[in-house]
Amino acid sequence: MTDLLTLAATTASGLSLGITEGGSWLLRNAWLIPALPALSFLGILFFGKRMPRGGSELGIALVGIAFVLSLLTAAAWIDHRDNFEGEEVHRAVAAAEDHADEGHAAEGHAAGHPSLAVHNTVTWFELNDVTFTAGTLVDGPAVMMLVVVTLVSLLVHVYSTEYVAGDQRYTHFFAFLSLFTASMLLLVVSENTLQLLVSWELVGVCSFVLIGHWWEEKPNSDAALKAFLTNRVGDMGLIVGVTILFFTVGSALPGQFGSFSIAETNALAGAGRLSHTALLVASCCLMAAVMSKSGQFLLHTWLPDAMAGPTPVSALIHAATMVVAGVFMIARMYGVFFEGFSIGGSSINLMALIGGLTTLVGACLAFVQRDIKKVLAYSTISQLGYMVMALGVGAWTAALFHLFTHAFFKACLFLGSGSAAHAVHSFDMKSDMGGLRKHMPHTYRTFVIGSIALAGLPPLAGFWSKDEILVGTGGWGLFGGTGGNGAYTFMLVMGVTTAALTAAYMTRCIYLTFFGEFRGHGTPHESGPRIVVPLWILAGLAIVAGLLNLPKGFPLVPGSLQERFGHFVEPVAAYFPSISHGTPSWSLAIASTLVVLSGIAVAGWYYFVKVEAASKAAGESLTELPDGLTSRYPLAKMGHTFLVQKYYLDHLYTDIIAGGTKGPVAAAAYKVDQDVIDGVVNAAGENAVKAGNLVYHRFDQLVVDGIINTSGRASSGAGGELRKIQTGKVQDYAAILFAAATVLAGILIVIV
Amino acid sequence: MLLNQFLLLAAALFAIGVYGVLARRNGVLVLMSIELILNAVNINLVAFSAVRATVGGEIFALFIIAVAAAEVGVGLAMVLLLYRNRRSIDLAGIDQLRG
Repeated sequence: MTDLLTLAATTASGLSLGITEGGSWLLRNAWLIPALPALSFLGILFFGKRMPRGGSELGIALVGIAFVLSLLTAAAWIDHRDNFEGEEVHRAVAAAEDHADEGHAAEGHAAGHPSLAVHNTVTWFELNDVTFTAGTLVDGPAVMMLVVVTLVSLLVHVYSTEYVAGDQRYTHFFAFLSLFTASMLLLVVSENTLQLLVSWELVGVCSFVLIGHWWEEKPNSDAALKAFLTNRVGDMGLIVGVTILFFTVGSALPGQFGSFSIAETNALAGAGRLSHTALLVASCCLMAAVMSKSGQFLLHTWLPDAMAGPTPVSALIHAATMVVAGVFMIARMYGVFFEGFSIGGSSINLMALIGGLTTLVGACLAFVQRDIKKVLAYSTISQLGYMVMALGVGAWTAALFHLFTHAFFKACLFLGSGSAAHAVHSFDMKSDMGGLRKHMPHTYRTFVIGSIALAGLPPLAGFWSKDEILVGTGGWGLFGGTGGNGAYTFMLVMGVTTAALTAAYMTRCIYLTFFGEFRGHGTPHESGPRIVVPLWILAGLAIVAGLLNLPKGFPLVPGSLQERFGHFVEPVAAYFPSISHGTPSWSLAIASTLVVLSGIAVAGWYYFVKVEAASKAAGESLTELPDGLTSRYPLAKMGHTFLVQKYYLDHLYTDIIAGGTKGPVAAAAYKVDQDVIDGVVNAAGENAVKAGNLVYHRFDQLVVDGIINTSGRASSGAGGELRKIQTGKVQDYAAILFAAATVLAGILIVIV
Repeated sequence: MLLNQFLLLAAALFAIGVYGVLARRNGVLVLMSIELILNAVNINLVAFSAVRATVGGEIFALFIIAVAAAEVGVGLAMVLLLYRNRRSIDLAGIDQLRG
């Protein structure tokens, strides 16, 4: 292996990045993992229809191999993180120490931790003397995402074989599932922002195609367009942000034009060598991209509509993977954001504020939905808000850990809702569901497990990750807790409020779907094994995933089993800012659990006691009290309408912004057309008529007509012959054109 | 140098494109064939530019890509109108300009 070892990469400025080109074979060749589903995409596209199972077997096989490879890569990373003591590491450590002496390297991270992100690049293309590379940067977050994406994708592939069975575009569906998986995997291992941008757009396209999978129905194709166009708004931010960073890095490096390298950008930002203003502007631009891709408040409106797509797509793309691309991008570019938004030592910033607001507005909207998938969509928005808020307050590990656990329990919930909808042929909880507990025991149990994990009751996954976020706000400092990067008390309040709301709306959702009497038609049946088995796997992960990152000082397990997730996932490198970690607090954990229980209790009292009693009295299965708050108090009714109308954001976008722009522009254009252009044309016309009359009598009749008549006769004769080749068919003309071009080219060759 | 291989690829693409323009009767396919011709030109430009180590050809290729996008937008709009009016995009049936 010695010949493969090269010294840890340093930039032109001599800044140590804490990355290596060594490492084990799997870590250096992580590009194989996205390549497999890409291969599967091509295979299904060209040969899928001829395969006995319409190409789904190829997709499952290759994604399955990618999953196994991801697991092996994770094992290799764990080994690398703890045991890698290669020669280049020592050299890198020495280099980092040298630079630390010169006051260059950011805190000399690599010095304290002999483990490095594995970097492997090839030249993509060159423009004059600027070289653009493509490649992989494999570190903790990338490996974690590889495992999550391939696992959820594999389960969704299996689930889909039953869910979309018999669909007219079955093969097409699997082809795009594979392409999406490939693009998402490419995104997570991207070494530079340009490659990130390309895969970011690719996942957007796949999302568009899969939302509009059943495009024959207008609402579905509208939803696909809305998702695509809303994401365009954010993508502009991404392009501008990436461009700003490219030139900002270039200005800090002598003799270099610019650089897209993520590690280099982060390291320079962390070392304080980039202008703070440029970083702030770039962070705001990138934040716009996060707002659209990760459904953050103001640009979240596409995500609920995206539920028009098939449910496996919602689970894979709009819950577990693509929507967290924004969160992952912040995590990847954390050096930039950390400096740009001055996250350390502050008490509020744009990212934390947007995240906090999103958790609240998403959770409120989840209360008024009839469609089970829309409840889950708003819940996803709310949970993504949690992650962005966590990143905004500097709780990096907590955000990534929540991403990890959320992928499992939210995919479980989505697939469960799909299973229920598959049985009753509708997503409407109020008119077509209810009482499914008795008919679909497996779906019921897994859905409840997923809901508890989402609500965040110990010891399920959501509790640990949510609690870490709350700790990470540092807001508990007021009440005797410690740690965090600042005093984000406001964020803590929003997070705790959302915890109560989450518990309450999931209680409502479970009551409406699984309790009471069945309100639909026919008798629903439990789904087959290809749906139930993925559900149980995800439910199992929703139970145990939280144990990967037990807080430090947890009494029941040895210290070597605490904070494993943070230990392996959080980069220890110069390209990662030095964040401080909150200390877990028993009082906060107990308080947040009580808040969750109170949320469940209030919603449970309303549905399981009051509505149940009213249903018995009315003799039918009710979904709400006939004399509830909204019918008694006008203010409550107004609030309800405000929520049902989704804060009127859709009206704002389509009627006021889009309508307000296109109306005046059209009016102005019409005015210019009528007054200016027509005026000029009319005046020119009138003058031309005068001049024309003059010419007509003096010159035209005598001289011109004579010539014209003669040539007219000649051309009439020629035209009579030539009209035979005027067939009117465009392809005949094209044939003559190409023939003439060939002849001319021939002449050219002969003469020259 | 690999120049010849690129030129051969471009020539093959160009020929396929010409064949498509002349022989296909479906309007959309003809538009796609035109794209092939344009991309054959792009390959030539980029290949020459790479050999001569200048960026002029690549910049030209970028312009062509942008113009081609606009062209195909107009073209598809025409095909769409054709379909609305005639319920068919068969180019053989369109010969109103016959002399």
